[in-house]
Amino acid sequence: MDLVLTTFLKMAFMLAVILGLVPVLIWAERKGSAYIQDRTGPNRAGIAGIRLAGLIHPIADVLKLLFKEDVRPAGVHRVMYALAPFLVFFIALLTYAVIPFGDYLEVGGRRIPLVVADLDVGILYVLAIASLGTYGIVMGGWASNNKYTFLGAVRSTSQMISYEISMGLALMGLLLVSESLRLTDVVAGQGQLLWGFLPRWGVVIQPLGAILFMTAAFAETNRNPFDLPEGESELVSGYHLEYSSMKFALFFMAEYTNLVVASALIATLYFGGWNIPWLPRAVIEARAGGLLSLLLAAHVAICALAAALFLRRASRERGRFGDGRDREPGLMAGVSILLGLAGLAALALRPWEIGPAGASLLATVLQVGAFVGKVVFFCWFFIWVRWTLPRFRYDQLMHLGWKVMLPLALANLVVTAVVVALV
Amino acid sequence: MKGKVHGYGGKMTLGERLYLGEIFRGLGITIRHVIRNLLHTGDMPTVQYPEERRAYSPRFRGRHRLMKREDGTPRCVACMMCSTACPADCIHIVAEEHPDPAIEKAPASFEIDLLRCVYCGLCEEACPCDAIRMDTGIYDMAADSRAKFYVDKEFLLNNTTDGTR
Repeated sequence: MDLVLTTFLKMAFMLAVILGLVPVLIWAERKGSAYIQDRTGPNRAGIAGIRLAGLIHPIADVLKLLFKEDVRPAGVHRVMYALAPFLVFFIALLTYAVIPFGDYLEVGGRRIPLVVADLDVGILYVLAIASLGTYGIVMGGWASNNKYTFLGAVRSTSQMISYEISMGLALMGLLLVSESLRLTDVVAGQGQLLWGFLPRWGVVIQPLGAILFMTAAFAETNRNPFDLPEGESELVSGYHLEYSSMKFALFFMAEYTNLVVASALIATLYFGGWNIPWLPRAVIEARAGGLLSLLLAAHVAICALAAALFLRRASRERGRFGDGRDREPGLMAGVSILLGLAGLAALALRPWEIGPAGASLLATVLQVGAFVGKVVFFCWFFIWVRWTLPRFRYDQLMHLGWKVMLPLALANLVVTAVVVALV
Repeated sequence: MKGKVHGYGGKMTLGERLYLGEIFRGLGITIRHVIRNLLHTGDMPTVQYPEERRAYSPRFRGRHRLMKREDGTPRCVACMMCSTACPADCIHIVAEEHPDPAIEKAPASFEIDLLRCVYCGLCEEACPCDAIRMDTGIYDMAADSRAKFYVDKEFLLNNTTDGTR
């Protein structure tokens, strides 16, 4: 009973993080691309003038998509057409089950491991689910009865086959080093230090493997520079061309969910997962009081900086719009000042005493925070790359997959195997 | 412009063919743009359109207006020169007799289909008595039906140059 309850709570946490990240990512994609291209990006939608730099736009988008007509073109395969978006989204969510998002949580003397399902074959499960994702795309593309969607689906399949191999081979190198298929073991192994000063992260001991895996992850998530399945310039918008309303929204959300999955995988396998470099759990628990003060001080400093920036904007742009939007900088400055004062009060008064339980909780929170921070960074990395690189041509894509990445992955595997055998 | 420029058939160096270094160079360029724009939000060239507007040349051809005589009646004498010159055939005039015997005709109705108009300005040039002008500077027109773009004489007479209508 306890197991069921904790598993459900962990699933709820993971779902909340992922589904909460999706609208933020859509916002980051729009705002980030705008700033890369020297534009201002979304800044119109607002509630009573509060626009949060465009963060209200995803809400407006969702409302629009919910109320749009669900058009079904003539000649579609009805069952598969309706099933495809759900399949894509469902499979995108499955991978999270095996990703550890923290070490353990101590509740009443019991240690709950922070992973939904600690499978013995975690990495195999990840690979299996990752290749399933293309089925939804193929179903959608085929069932839509449209040449463009069909071509997008075909491209997606061949791309998946080409890059799956390099991805698996790159992962096998990591496997030889970590000596376990279980993702919690892989992460725990990355907590140690190499030669006493380098964190023993996957990217440090398998740099080529990390690059190959990340490239393959870009290809598997159909993100630029590998987004040929949707190739707007030649396929209009690829496999989801004929979808509208919430069915389209599901494809759209699945894309960003896949992005979060890929980021979480990269962070878990090659960037230490929930490990904080040079700050193991024992150290956090020993110096919990000092660390908490440090965190609170950082919080106060950030709030002060934010308040100063908002106040400067408020004085500069007084009466710029002549409506509710003018109040926004002042309001944000007020919120920052209040948050900063709360932090300051907590820092000065210290109304609580950190016992061993509190120290353990702090360590868990910090580690989960480190994991989420890494995931968010790699999500931004995906967006950043998308707005930097042009799309590959199809022959270049195949050339890179078969003639460059496959030999490199094989070489990496052989060299790693030899080194592991000798050491 | 900084950096080497490669023409067609130019050989790429080994570093460039490795691709990875160039990717990170590109990432550096884009993140520099992001940081600059984050720190200096006000310096972006974007015009916040409905609040801020770009200044147009006085010769810009916007929505038409009909000029008035001193007594407030239209200057137009319904000579049909503009509707003849119009390449889009969007001006429709019905003539009537003017009460003043010194003036031959006046428009009973003067209608322009703004959706057909191509804003070429030939009607302005054709007009012998400077009755139609396109100097209102109005270019943002929106309505919820086509019929509302089919504007009549009263509408055109009330257009002004300051862009308020």
